[in-house]
Amino acid sequence: MSTLTAPEPLTKKYITPGVIILAVLALNGVAFVLARLLFGIGAVTNLSDQYPWGLWIGVDVAAGVALAAGGFTSAALGHVMHREDYHAIVRPALLTAMLGYTFVAFGVMIDIGRWYYIWHPLLMWNGNSALFEVGICVIIYISVLYIEFLPIVTERFMGRVQLKGIFSILNRPLESLLRTLDRTLSKTMFLFIIAGIVLSTLHQSSLGTLMIIAGPKMHPLWQTPVLPLLFLLSAVAVGFPMVIFEALLASRSFGLKPEMHILSKLGTMVAPLLGIYLAFKLGDMVIRETFVYLAEPTTASVMFMIEIVVGVIIPLRMFLSRTVVRSPLWLFVASTLVILGVLLNRINNFIVAYTPPYATAGYFPSVGEISVTVGFVALLVLVYRFLVKVFPIISVEQRPISPTTKYSIRGTAK
Amino acid sequence: METRRDFLRTAAVAAATATLGDAALGAAPRIPSPDRMGVLCDLTACIGCRSCEVACRKAHGFSSDSPLSMPGRSNIPERRRPSADALTVVNEYKNATGVGSPTYVKVQCMHCDYPACESACIVGAISKKESGPVLWDTDKCIGCRYCMVACPFQIPAFQYDTALKPDIVKCDFCVDRTEKGGVPACVEICPVESLTYGRRPALIEIARKRVENYPDRYRNHIYGEFEAGGTSYLYLAKADFKELEFPTLKKDPMPGTSESIQHGIFAYFVPPISLYSLLGGLMWINKNRQKAEEETIE
Repeated sequence: MSTLTAPEPLTKKYITPGVIILAVLALNGVAFVLARLLFGIGAVTNLSDQYPWGLWIGVDVAAGVALAAGGFTSAALGHVMHREDYHAIVRPALLTAMLGYTFVAFGVMIDIGRWYYIWHPLLMWNGNSALFEVGICVIIYISVLYIEFLPIVTERFMGRVQLKGIFSILNRPLESLLRTLDRTLSKTMFLFIIAGIVLSTLHQSSLGTLMIIAGPKMHPLWQTPVLPLLFLLSAVAVGFPMVIFEALLASRSFGLKPEMHILSKLGTMVAPLLGIYLAFKLGDMVIRETFVYLAEPTTASVMFMIEIVVGVIIPLRMFLSRTVVRSPLWLFVASTLVILGVLLNRINNFIVAYTPPYATAGYFPSVGEISVTVGFVALLVLVYRFLVKVFPIISVEQRPISPTTKYSIRGTAK
Repeated sequence: METRRDFLRTAAVAAATATLGDAALGAAPRIPSPDRMGVLCDLTACIGCRSCEVACRKAHGFSSDSPLSMPGRSNIPERRRPSADALTVVNEYKNATGVGSPTYVKVQCMHCDYPACESACIVGAISKKESGPVLWDTDKCIGCRYCMVACPFQIPAFQYDTALKPDIVKCDFCVDRTEKGGVPACVEICPVESLTYGRRPALIEIARKRVENYPDRYRNHIYGEFEAGGTSYLYLAKADFKELEFPTLKKDPMPGTSESIQHGIFAYFVPPISLYSLLGGLMWINKNRQKAEEETIE
């Protein structure tokens, strides 16, 4: 490695004009969440007996889970493949996954009618239900993500616990707790990392099984028994673009130099992954002969074409180009397209493809639904920004202290 | 008696689960009891008086102020669906040729033999009873509305305007009445005996005889005999069921594909455990390889 990098808390100030805009959007979303809690789902959403699921399930939950896939794909690359050169991306990806899944849980909670019964699936099991499996896997995976995050907490605070006043009696127990955690976790972490990857493959695919039971209520362009595989493959394909997207955004926002030597290498891995997804998607279409529906100019066929061409084929071609992979701007554009493609795919699967037999009107999300979704994203970004200032997440290029030192000693590196 | 049997069955399932550890594998396809009850709706007899709607509202404690609580045909022109405010509705379908009397279709939960809603429900709040009804359990339901997504007949409704404890609303086959030996309110009130309550196999026999004896009056199709694996509500009509807006469904139970995928992924937990071991092995190999590389460099 030519440059020595290590994750450290960022020092840039928190409040910027962008942060203020995000805060306004977040507050607006919170207001609608309150309205939903006080007056019911009908008061805020356009959901109905015809369209029981809408934007919140399609985007906040389904797309949210898919876009948090960077967590398990980079864990697989960094830890299972043990590629140390990628370690710089593991922590940001982990934080994104942790926050992403936390907000998925919030999204679920406001969408279900009885949010205070969210714990029911832990005790009341239905092994036949794809939703049950998704629920259980997501609950366990969120816990695993928080455990995976703990070493970052111990690293930050070990030897630095200095509570003031009457809380100072807690200093010692807290310190020893951190040390115990650090010791046990460093020995057992591999168990959680592998569990996280297994849990992710399970629920990413089961998310695709969800709509299969809707049978003929789902447009044949999307309704296929291989949906779980398509969901898994697309989640795997969107993992690295999501990591690249965030890394470039964060470096821009914090005025850091993007780590192009890592991001470009990540970029070269996207094309094969997208290619596999595209092959299965098109193969499924050919085998089931659903291409006939593309001849009719309907909302479904247009949305399907956008999803495939703009969201998969164009970025696939872009990622094959060396110039694209080496340029921060083009890499950002290509990654954004993949993300939009997967987002659109989840929207298509859960909303566009859903055609209830007795529909009297279509579904389009209400102002309240959009506000909540936008608000959650804004809140996620705000929390992310806060946490990277508190914890050592993002790797910053160091002035080499001594080129031969392999490990920096805790406390000395700034 | 019923509760005792339920208890024994739960205990047996629990024991099987504990010994085999196949909670995720699920039970073998359940064979519906031959004694399960059903309702035969003879649409050629229905006169569209909506008495069944009114009786249903009364039996389930819906507000009696609503115009829906008045019998008569004032609500008929509008095409309606069961909702949080009505468990059953009657719709009018004009004769396709323009002459002759219209057909009235009573719509409510079909009480499927293999309900998609039951298979879908995240907490198992919906269950098909041995005696026929598909029932919803308010103590378990979390209000996720996946049952509504799954139902091929678009039946379950949701109380969107209730903030604190919204219910899933659908026909409960008047289980309170039938448990005591009664018949469903809609069946009891029907003035033209369009509705017949009885054991499902017997109803199918009756329906077959009617079709056989009056081939001019009926189309040779008992809707619900095979649709979606069979339903407890069965329909006879003269018109094509497609024209009456009945969904065209295959013989296979709705949950078939998703359940076999689910159970395939989790067959005795072999796939997840294999994946776990595979990843663990890979991790170990890669770690060792790197260690070896580092040693050679040194």
